[in-house]
Amino acid sequence: MLLSLEHLRKEYPGHKVAVNDVTLHIEAGEFVCFIGTSGSGKTTVLRMINRMLMPTSGTVLINGEDTSKLDPVKLRRKLGYVIQNIGLMPHMTIRENITLVPKLLKWSQEKRDAKAIELIKLAQLPEEFLDRYPSELSGGQQQRIGVVRAFAADQDIILMDEPFGALDPITRESLQDLVQDLQQRLGKTFIFVTHDMDEALRLATKVVIMDAGDVMQIDSPENILKHPANEFVTNLIGEERLIQARPSVTPVGQIMLKSPIYITQDQSLPTALETMHKSRVDTLLVTDANRVLRGVVDIETLNDEFNSGKTVGDIMDDKVFYVFENSVVRDTVNRILKMGYKNVPVVNKEYQLVGIVTRATLVDMVYNALWSQDEDANDQTQIGNKEANVDD
Amino acid sequence: MKGMNLGQQLVEYFSNNGMYVLQQFSRHFLISIYGVLMAAIIGVPIGIWISRSRKLSNVVIGIANVIQTVPSLAMLSIIMLGLGLGVNTVIVTVFLYSLLPIIKNTYTGMQNVNEDVLDAGKGIGMTAFQRLRFIELPLSMSVIMAGIRNALVIAIGITAIGSFVGSGGLGDIIIRGTNATDGGAIILAGALPTALMAIISDGILGFLEKRLDPSKHSN
Repeated sequence: MLLSLEHLRKEYPGHKVAVNDVTLHIEAGEFVCFIGTSGSGKTTVLRMINRMLMPTSGTVLINGEDTSKLDPVKLRRKLGYVIQNIGLMPHMTIRENITLVPKLLKWSQEKRDAKAIELIKLAQLPEEFLDRYPSELSGGQQQRIGVVRAFAADQDIILMDEPFGALDPITRESLQDLVQDLQQRLGKTFIFVTHDMDEALRLATKVVIMDAGDVMQIDSPENILKHPANEFVTNLIGEERLIQARPSVTPVGQIMLKSPIYITQDQSLPTALETMHKSRVDTLLVTDANRVLRGVVDIETLNDEFNSGKTVGDIMDDKVFYVFENSVVRDTVNRILKMGYKNVPVVNKEYQLVGIVTRATLVDMVYNALWSQDEDANDQTQIGNKEANVDD
Repeated sequence: MKGMNLGQQLVEYFSNNGMYVLQQFSRHFLISIYGVLMAAIIGVPIGIWISRSRKLSNVVIGIANVIQTVPSLAMLSIIMLGLGLGVNTVIVTVFLYSLLPIIKNTYTGMQNVNEDVLDAGKGIGMTAFQRLRFIELPLSMSVIMAGIRNALVIAIGITAIGSFVGSGGLGDIIIRGTNATDGGAIILAGALPTALMAIISDGILGFLEKRLDPSKHSN
């Protein structure tokens, strides 16, 4: 366990409770997004992690070590910190800004210079920028510097407090890409506070939803979309996203047809034709004896080669497009539609054929997603009527 | 000096008493500088200190304001009661008058340091001293410098009056001129260097102030 928050509570004078009781365990490499309305205590939790605020009660453990027993200055140098309003030192060059923590840690000049070049590359900015001052950069560029500054001393945990809240949507998106890229490339742990649900769902591996100092739900973005814990969460996510989310988080395995028509590759061509005729299809998926997908054969090829005496394996097209059963429909559906396939085989992890997605399946899926909303509403009215009847 | 116009008289005075004027000039300048330096040594830390507490700042700046309101001749006389005639009385008076602009500007400079920059500095692990040394002081230096500049210009004026309590300086020449019949040239011989000193000091410190301004980095 990299980071544990145990019953964190923050109370301000006059019994104003900012954070009531937050317990959370974070593993290395996770991307945790705190989200909530303003005043929900999400920033307070973040600032208690690097002891910018002292908890009223409860403990923060990093690698099992109680942070309240550490020197706060040393603790903060081990945690990357990015704030909303960037907070670059206006009187220092970009080079001095991004190597400030290494300087505090008394690294040698050469090591710092090397780090500066490494970091400016991470920020995807040209090296000339190192000798400029923050005021010569655009807001988005400044925040790129603000983000990579947090990596200067190889911090394992990066705290970000609404880092992109003040940026325009396009810049924000490119910075989200940057952060996501850094997360995947460097494998750091991110604690990220935001009030932007799209941002949270996009970046997080774990979303913590807070309201009035309490945790409402902690879960993966998929599960939060599928099973919002209560009405507050539902409202925060928003009706629209819930509807959109329905098809998108469904795995392919759930919507596929489970009995695809297939033939093993050692069968003869007449047998193949027989199967097509019986099942009333014009293509057949070809597998080996272990049901591992090998290719596809269609009626035209079959017709051309019918009298050659070859087996299905000889004439099949082995360049077959397939999807995995656990991949998400959202990622799959566009590819299927764009590439113009009439149907796509579905395989499991061992590449064994388990099903097929046809265009008709996609129609069903879209139909369900768009209409089940109304059905839910109808169900509720019916229940309401029944109750009314009971009262009579 | 009969038959010469004012300009010629002035040239005549300088050529005869050049060294003397120069001596008084440097004496005058040093008195002002000592007073301002002492005020800076005491005033800047006070300004930093009160920038941490609003209540304290009101009290301290209030006191400095009261000092500033006392007319300089009255202040010189009051200090003279304690320290007697001589240069120390003037230096102390200059010191007292310099406190307000220096404390006030230090306080304002510290207050104007961007809260986010300080938050970021704290968050990445700077100690309170490092934040002062690497963030607050550099960022407020130009405002502090403006206070010192202000103080020095006032100090040069007060030092001129200080000649009344026997401190020497260019004020001596001015007083001699006012006592002499037809002393216009002598008055000018004291007053012109005094004015020049104030203008040049103001210019130099103004230049420093601009150089130290962190927002003037875009070149």
